[in-house]
Amino acid sequence: MEFHVNHPILFLLAGILIAVVLAQSVFFLVKALRRSRELGMDQTKIKKTIKTAALFTVAPAVSIVISVITLSKSLGIPLPWLRLSVVGSLSYEAIAASNAVSAMGLELGKISSLTAQQYVNITLVMTLSIMVGIWLVPVIGRKLQRGMTSLGKRDAKWADIFQNALFIGMISAFLGYVFCDFSRLWIPGDYAPTSGLVPVCVMAVSALVMLLCGLLLKKFKWNWVNDYALPISLVLGMAAAIPITAWLG
Amino acid sequence: MKKKLSYIDSVHRSGTIWNLSVMVLLLAFPLTVAAIFGAAPDWGALAVGLIATAPMYWVVGVIETVTFVPMLGAGGSYLSFVTGNISNLKLPCAINALEQNGVSANSEEGEVISTIAIAVSSIVTTVIIIIGVICIVPLTPILEAPVLEPAFAQMLPALFGGLGVAFVSKNWKIAVAPVVLMLILFIFVPALNAGTVGIMVPVSALFTIGVARLLYKRGVL
Repeated sequence: MEFHVNHPILFLLAGILIAVVLAQSVFFLVKALRRSRELGMDQTKIKKTIKTAALFTVAPAVSIVISVITLSKSLGIPLPWLRLSVVGSLSYEAIAASNAVSAMGLELGKISSLTAQQYVNITLVMTLSIMVGIWLVPVIGRKLQRGMTSLGKRDAKWADIFQNALFIGMISAFLGYVFCDFSRLWIPGDYAPTSGLVPVCVMAVSALVMLLCGLLLKKFKWNWVNDYALPISLVLGMAAAIPITAWLG
Repeated sequence: MKKKLSYIDSVHRSGTIWNLSVMVLLLAFPLTVAAIFGAAPDWGALAVGLIATAPMYWVVGVIETVTFVPMLGAGGSYLSFVTGNISNLKLPCAINALEQNGVSANSEEGEVISTIAIAVSSIVTTVIIIIGVICIVPLTPILEAPVLEPAFAQMLPALFGGLGVAFVSKNWKIAVAPVVLMLILFIFVPALNAGTVGIMVPVSALFTIGVARLLYKRGVL
């Protein structure tokens, strides 16, 4: 059979895998929903949680579609579709693919059409290099969770603080990341000195929108705002990036 | 009589089965392609390619697992490590859902809420990518329009601005020190950028736990 990167068989194989992963998500959703009823949790709140999660996911998911389009130019559609639906990310897949191809003495993007062997090599490097989380969670997940539970039994207040500290730690790292090009203001280079301020301003807009939502919630008791605050601040922040980049970038 | 499994235990059991099955299927993909098209891998180049890629990502994978599992909860962990995009999508989604419902991540209610949020987010992501793949021809010029590019380039700042306000303002005593430290590091250390922020997450998390412990011991929290 003659190979090409958009061969129907590749679509079929990727499609089967993605269907399995989709089934896993549905399985866990149903399981958790059932448990929520057993625990007597407020089902209207659960419905709101679902709505917010779905809405919040739209913009990031569209950006993943853009990554699929970017990678599809050299790798065809099925492989990026599979890789970005399961585990991957644009930067990781691009690095893995280019490492796999350069090991064969070639350069990604300069190959007019991949051979089956090159394709198999790329796919193996991508798959094997990022496998860790999938099997490590079954191996150590239970122990880690048990550690958290016993922490909670020993000192419930500290366990809550510990959990919040983890979240804050992660958020702080990303807030720091927003400032990673700040030094462009005083280090000259092949960029506009103010371009490092673009992410900072975008973050500020998003933070302001969030604050405004909080105010509306408190002043006018618009409880629905609570459900949409994060998706709204995300989308407005992204929209603000367009004029801000034109101005400072 | 067989003892009935607790919810958490059954999550671990089914999660293990699902994840290992997905792993086998993922490995089967390149092997099936090789078999169908009669193309054996170039083993030498495969070894070189793997050595260039795998060690770093394996280390990152181990660190991510240890850091994210306590944050994601049991069900959320099994799903997130299969579907990916953890720090830029699944975890913020779960944190927001916990906030919105006012439940602690350590409680069983928290476990249920974060699993629901992450499962919904995974389903929506997968479906949107499917739609994107089906409509790739008409969508490409729209999504690649230069006018939209800055919006998607700035997704992370837009995400963490909103999430940061919501979370930092409620825990500002714990947050001051790590936020200041991370700002200083990212501004003055050129090696810290989009590619290395993932490595800084566990560093920052450990530091924050240390600060929180100190404040807790002194009765500030």
